[in-house]
Amino acid sequence: MSVTRRQFIQIGAAGAGAAAVGSGLATRWWGLDRDPTPDPRTDGDAVVPTYCELCFWGCGVLAHVKDGRVTKVTGNPAHPLSRGMLCPRGAGATGLLYDPDRLRQPLLRVSDRGEDRFEPVSWDAALNRVAEGLERVKQRHGTEALALFTHGSGGVWFKQLMKAWGSSNIGAPSYAQCRGPREAAFQVTFGTPLGSPEPLDLANARCITLIGSHLGENMHNTQVQELAEAVGKGAQLVVVDPRFSVAASKARYWLPIKPGTDIALLLAWIHVLLEERLYDADYLAQHANGLEELKAHVATATPEWAGPITGLAPALIRDSARLIGAARPASLVHPGRHTVWYGDDTQRERAMSILVALLGNWGRRGGYVLQQKYPLAGYPHGGPPPPATRPKVDKPKGGLYPLASEVLASGLCDATRPGQALYDLKAWLVYGCNLVQAMPDRPRLLEAIQALELLVAVDVLPSEICGFADVVLPEATYLERDDDVWNGPWRRPFIAARQAAVPPMYDTKPGWWIVKELAAKVGLADHFPWKDAQDFVKARLAVKGESWETLKLTGVLLGAEAPTCEEEGADLSFETESGKIELFSKDLEEAGFDPLPVYRPQEEGPPGSFRLLSGRAPLHTFGRTVNNRLLAEPYPENEVWLNADAARALPGLGGRALANGEKVVLVNQDGVRSNPVRVKLTQRIRGDCVYLVHGWGQTARRQRYAFGRGASDAHLTTRVKIDPIMGGTGMNGNFVRVERAPEVA
Amino acid sequence: MTKRYAMAVDTRRCVGCNACVIACKTENALPEGGFRDWVVQEVHGTFPDLSMQIRSERCNHCADTPCVAACPTGASHVGEGGVVLVNRSKCTGCKACMASCPYGARYVTPQGFVDKCTFCLHRVERGKGPACVETCPTRSLTFGDLADPASPVAQLVARRSHAVLQPEAGTRPHVFFLT
Repeated sequence: MSVTRRQFIQIGAAGAGAAAVGSGLATRWWGLDRDPTPDPRTDGDAVVPTYCELCFWGCGVLAHVKDGRVTKVTGNPAHPLSRGMLCPRGAGATGLLYDPDRLRQPLLRVSDRGEDRFEPVSWDAALNRVAEGLERVKQRHGTEALALFTHGSGGVWFKQLMKAWGSSNIGAPSYAQCRGPREAAFQVTFGTPLGSPEPLDLANARCITLIGSHLGENMHNTQVQELAEAVGKGAQLVVVDPRFSVAASKARYWLPIKPGTDIALLLAWIHVLLEERLYDADYLAQHANGLEELKAHVATATPEWAGPITGLAPALIRDSARLIGAARPASLVHPGRHTVWYGDDTQRERAMSILVALLGNWGRRGGYVLQQKYPLAGYPHGGPPPPATRPKVDKPKGGLYPLASEVLASGLCDATRPGQALYDLKAWLVYGCNLVQAMPDRPRLLEAIQALELLVAVDVLPSEICGFADVVLPEATYLERDDDVWNGPWRRPFIAARQAAVPPMYDTKPGWWIVKELAAKVGLADHFPWKDAQDFVKARLAVKGESWETLKLTGVLLGAEAPTCEEEGADLSFETESGKIELFSKDLEEAGFDPLPVYRPQEEGPPGSFRLLSGRAPLHTFGRTVNNRLLAEPYPENEVWLNADAARALPGLGGRALANGEKVVLVNQDGVRSNPVRVKLTQRIRGDCVYLVHGWGQTARRQRYAFGRGASDAHLTTRVKIDPIMGGTGMNGNFVRVERAPEVA
Repeated sequence: MTKRYAMAVDTRRCVGCNACVIACKTENALPEGGFRDWVVQEVHGTFPDLSMQIRSERCNHCADTPCVAACPTGASHVGEGGVVLVNRSKCTGCKACMASCPYGARYVTPQGFVDKCTFCLHRVERGKGPACVETCPTRSLTFGDLADPASPVAQLVARRSHAVLQPEAGTRPHVFFLT
């Protein structure tokens, strides 16, 4: 053929263009005029600053509103946590707002609890039902028999309700199922828990050590921003993880540790730092107690001792310790966040905190810095004083977990099973937390739920816990509601506004409205003298003469800067018993625990089984975002990570090897079977464990996208090792077999 | 001087979080299943000797454009600053451009026309960066005028080692992956 296809088209186009000369109209089609730049027109006619609720970091966002719809959500450059940048979940907020499966109206249960059969009712009818239930529980069991589980900013209102009602049984899975061990450990060592957002100056660290933390996949926005900034400035990473995480792929040293042996590695690192004098001797002399005891304690904890335990080459342990030590004091050992693994987690975190102290990293630039809260006044009350109440009941009879500093959500569940605690809990308010995925040992949770006289769930989506409720109250999403201001601690203190971008869809209501209406129905209206959330915030601001009009404009008020580290002139003080950093802990010793961390081997699984590990994906916040169609597009379901070589050695596959992406079923040591889940055969994980991103395998059929998709690690977590120091529920002691999923007929 | 828009993607900073993908989808109101950018994780080696490169990928806005050459209607064209665009009113959805693109950068919308990355020219014209660049929490993405030696993107490409995707395709891509 003498004319190529391309030439043919060019000829055709030129011919048509020539023929069209003079017509004017046709030239629009055939390319002689300039094409307009395509504009999707998603910039808002109104842009509303508020803060995000897709996770709990609280980033400032700008909601773009056009024709009554939120077109997009972008980062608020004025906000210290987002600094104008958003993670995918924050940017995917419209996927929540316009989720077709949202709760639309209040629901009353019409069959047995847990059968998930409801009828829609009016708010008045729903709240009357809640009020009657509360009054009945109060008369029979006292006000304290009501517990609140809460995770999210609207929880503020429900906490106020609890106070007015007369119960201090307020818990969140974010303590004993998440951060708790590290809070207890840093409290012991430095005299203060860390809280959220953590007081870390990652950006200025020269070395960052992650121990089981997979920052980058765990997408706490500001920390990821600073991690990248540090990497950009040449900081080195040391990553300890059985899985080749994203962070591991950027690390100078990746230590693919045998799960459950971290304390041995940490003791060996401490040994090397002490032996080679890679610690900050002046800092310790000035600020710390117990160095001699520590030296004696780790004298034999050599890398050669830790090597066979951890599965790591002694040279790798020594070299990584040297890198960590050489970068001091800006050598930051990240405390992690989800730290409930093996039941000795406070001791592991203690070892990490001791490492932090040896490096002189606390109170230093590139380390653990000082944060403050914006000095915002509380609501100037004037209402009646709250009633006196019996003490909270999250600890078992006889009292355990002496160093727990927040309420144990698991303890509240246990206190609901009759006779376990000083008194029984009989009613739950569950605000924005799906306990079915958040709590381990589901049979025990369901036993507690069935013992309840009243279960009220407040949520934006029909999550699994809603299916067990007697009354479901549909809350408006964060983009549709006003709330109290954000007032978390930060290096430069600030507050941020939560303001509705659009009115609530369907028959949903903001948390403040629900609480105010319910309070009126149980005779507590006097405790809620404010008109609405904005009125509440205005009154708080007015105490010191600050104006809502200023705050709402940019969404942020910045407080005065103060020194955050010694380099900026901050004085270090420690609120421990001795007033110093406690390497050796007398508190722990007196409470009957190891005053210095000791490595003890974890139980092994049955032959042929894999230790079940779980973690996060950057597009999702636990199970909360699984139904979000926008976020599901790039990450539609979780997969079970399995070492490709280990997969080839699996028994019972009938001579046909597993293929990547094939569906498998995980069966745990107690015979609990997972949903069929795709297997990711990979070199990126050790051969003795498997890994699931948490939050999938949901059973709530009203979340039509999430229902039955992927597998739930929580469902397979039937064994729990309780941390005796603070009551954390160690979840990594579960083991699974991998079976090929049965063929679907 | 004629502008030449380009992007540098810092693979050392990128964590593959997909914020770029979601920001693009909402900024450009993309249909379900349509992506103008995406994240690739490329793993090499065997346990425990592994390496991984993470890339936020999109149209490379090539200097030699097989897609434009393949387009029978003139819908695919090179716009301002070398940005490759599709005029949706001219596009018949024949997919010749998709077949010719070595990078899989294009998709067909439910309305039947082909869609792809525009470097958010509509934003650039208003002095803003592309949506993916502005949201990126790791500041991995740098957009600008490569023809201006003082621009951040030109500086990065001049100073850092970098690669383009499939240089053998001869398309002269203008998205540079910093290594």
